[in-house]
Amino acid sequence: METLINFLPSIIIIIIMFAVTLLIALYSTYGERKVAAFLQDRIGPNRAGPWGLLQPFADGVKMFTKEEIIPVSANKFLFILGPSIAMVCCLMTGVVLPWGGELTLFGRTFYLQAVDLSIGVLYVFAVVSVSVYGIMIGGWASNNKWSLMGAIRGSSQIISYELSMGLSIVALVLMTGTLSFREIVNQQHGGILHWNFLMQPLSFLIFLICAFAECNRSPFDLPECETELVGGFHTEYSSMKLGFYLFSEYINMFISSAVISALFFGGFNFPGMDWLLETTHSQNIVTLVGVGAYFIKIFFFIFFFMWVRWTIPRFRYDQLMNLGWKSLIPLALFNLAAMAVIEMVKHQHLFGF
Amino acid sequence: MIASIFYFLAFVSIFFAFMVVVSKNPVHSVLYLILTFFTIAGHYLLLNAQFLALVHIVVYAGAIMVLFLFVIMLLNLNVDKEPVNTNLMKFAGAIAGGSLMLVLIAVLSKTSIMLPAHPANTQIGLIKNLGKVLYTEYNLPFEIASILFLVAMIGAVILAKKNPHTT
Repeated sequence: METLINFLPSIIIIIIMFAVTLLIALYSTYGERKVAAFLQDRIGPNRAGPWGLLQPFADGVKMFTKEEIIPVSANKFLFILGPSIAMVCCLMTGVVLPWGGELTLFGRTFYLQAVDLSIGVLYVFAVVSVSVYGIMIGGWASNNKWSLMGAIRGSSQIISYELSMGLSIVALVLMTGTLSFREIVNQQHGGILHWNFLMQPLSFLIFLICAFAECNRSPFDLPECETELVGGFHTEYSSMKLGFYLFSEYINMFISSAVISALFFGGFNFPGMDWLLETTHSQNIVTLVGVGAYFIKIFFFIFFFMWVRWTIPRFRYDQLMNLGWKSLIPLALFNLAAMAVIEMVKHQHLFGF
Repeated sequence: MIASIFYFLAFVSIFFAFMVVVSKNPVHSVLYLILTFFTIAGHYLLLNAQFLALVHIVVYAGAIMVLFLFVIMLLNLNVDKEPVNTNLMKFAGAIAGGSLMLVLIAVLSKTSIMLPAHPANTQIGLIKNLGKVLYTEYNLPFEIASILFLVAMIGAVILAKKNPHTT
C-alpha cells in the first residue's frame, strides 16, 4: 500500500501529462494554421466555433471517419506498426521532463515530474533514436518506391543530425556535470544570467537546428517533400494512420520545445523567483507560477518552429547533408573541446595550477 | 518477482533470437533482432545497469540496426530473388552450428553457479559510479578502446573516400 501511495503522484502526473500533451498537439495544428495565416496576411480557420477554435476537432472527426485504405501489396502488420511506433515514441519522452518544482498537497511534498532518471538526457536520446523506426517501417511496409525513398531520406536525416545533437548536449553535460533534467534545471536557478543559453550559445544553436531536423520540420522537411516525393513516407497512408504520423510531428515539436526550454532556458525557473518566495512564503504558488513560465517558454518555441517554417525555404538534400556532416559536427566538436578546456581551467586542473 | 521477470525476459529474448534465424524475409529478421536487443536491455535493467541498458538501446537498436535495415531495404531482397540455399549449404550449416552447440553444452554443463567472492557493488551500474571507475581504475583500457574506435572510424572514411587516381 505504501509503495502504491509513493507511486501515485507519478501516475497522476503521467496521466495529466498525457492529456496535456495531446491537447497541446491538437491545438498546435490550429496554431500552425493561424500563424501561417498571420504571416501570409490571411485570416486562417474561422468557421468552426468562435475564431475557428473548434477546427482541430473538426479535423479529428474528418481523420477518423475517412476511409481506411491498406494497399494490397503492403505488409499489413508493419503498415499498422509504423504509425504506432511514431506515436508511442513521441509520447514516451515527456516522462523525464521536469514540469515544475516542489508542490505540497495533502501534507505530502513531491516534484512535478513523473520520474527523475539520473540519466534523463540519455533516455530522451534513446527514445529519439528508436523513433526512426516509425518512419522506416512505415515507408518500407507501404511497398511503394516513393514511400521507401521518403523513409530513407527521413531516417538518414534523423541519424545524421542525431550526432551533432548528441555532441552539443555532451558539451552541456560537461558543464553541468549531470544527466538528470531536474538537476540541470535547478542549476539554472537565479535569474536569466544563469540560464544555459548564455553560457552555451553554440550548444544551444546546434541543438536548435538539430531539433528542427529531428522533428522533420521545415526547412528540413525533406521526408515529405511534395514536389519530389509525392507525400514522402506516408504517401500510402490515409485516415487515422496518417493522422498518427502528422500528430506525432506536432507532439515531437512540443516535446522538443520542452527539452530546449529545460536544458537552455531554465525550465520552470523565472526571473524574480526568490522575490516571489519571500513575499508569499508559499512554495506552491512559486511552483505554479513556474509551471506557467515553463509553458510560456514552450509556447514561444512552438511559435518559433512555425515562424521558421514560413521564413526559410526548404534545403536541397545535398545541402542538408553538407550542413549536418561538414558544418554542424565540426562545430559541435570544436564546442566540446572548447568546453573541456574551459572546465579544466575553471577547476584548475590545467597546467598544474 | 525479479526471478519471474528474468525468466519471462529470457524466454522472450530467446524466442525473438530464434525468430531472427527462422524468418524468411530479411527485413523481418532485422526487426526481430531489434526486439532481441530491447529484451537484452531489459536484462541490463534487471542487473541495475541503467546506463548500460540505455547505451545499448542508443547504439545497437538506434544506430547499428538502423543501418542494417537501411542496407537491406535498399537492396530490396525478395524471397524469390535470394540465392537458393543448396542442400550442401544446409548440411554444412547444421554441422557447424551443431558442433558449436555441442562445445557450449560440454563447457557449460561443468560449471556451477558462481557467487561473487566479495560482496558485489549493486550500485556500480549507475552512471556516477561507472564513470568514476572507468576514468580512474580503468583509465588506460578505456583510452585504448577509444583509440580503437578512432582507428576504425578513420578506416571507414578512407574506404569511403574516392581515390583521385582511379576516378
